Amino acid sequence: MITLSDTSFDPGAALADFTARAEGAGAIVSFTGLVRPDARTGAVNTLTLQAYSPMTERGIKAAVSEAETRWPLNASMVIHRVGDMAPGEPIVFVATASAHRRAAFEGADFLMDYLKTEAVFWKKETGPTGSTWIEPRDEDYADSARWADTQG
Amino acid sequence: MARLLYFGRLADATGTPLETIDLPASIADTSALRQWIDAEHGSSGALLENTVRLAINNEIASEPAPVSNADEIAFMPPVGGG
Repeated sequence: MITLSDTSFDPGAALADFTARAEGAGAIVSFTGLVRPDARTGAVNTLTLQAYSPMTERGIKAAVSEAETRWPLNASMVIHRVGDMAPGEPIVFVATASAHRRAAFEGADFLMDYLKTEAVFWKKETGPTGSTWIEPRDEDYADSARWADTQG
Repeated sequence: MARLLYFGRLADATGTPLETIDLPASIADTSALRQWIDAEHGSSGALLENTVRLAINNEIASEPAPVSNADEIAFMPPVGGG
């Protein structure tokens, strides 16, 4: 289940929903990402995320399919914010369910690496000195690339 | 009419996130489109950058690709994830 939301969401309620749906699982892992109050460009008052529908959703669906191929997941869930966010607000929620913890941890980690590096989003930070569009960092690519080594 | 979308910093470079525009008959492919629309907006080459990818009707284009007056064409700077 994939949701792009232009309004704030409650990660606790999302986890409760997911747990109710993940019947028969022995392990559930969830990750919530929050908007940081500071960034490379200094203090951040507003973080803005742009998506391009349906390309953005299509890419996330493909990543979820790949995670479900690599690991025996009973269920998975992705919620991602778009639009304007304030520091401390949830920006992303990922949950995975499996029979055992390892697959759930690794599946969630894999999905987060996709979402942080390859997902079709454009990100703008607005602080006291103005707005800056953020381009990818090399270390983000390194996080994503490490999954290539686990293939085969 | 073609629908042109400019994502991220490209909306700053063109002054608009989207526009519906009649493409001149001479604009037959992505290469000609980039040159023409960059000049139209005075975007100083922002729309010509190699790292800017084009999507035609929501699919990443392998350039140069043909464009038509009925297409939705998106100019996409490198995606940075969420």
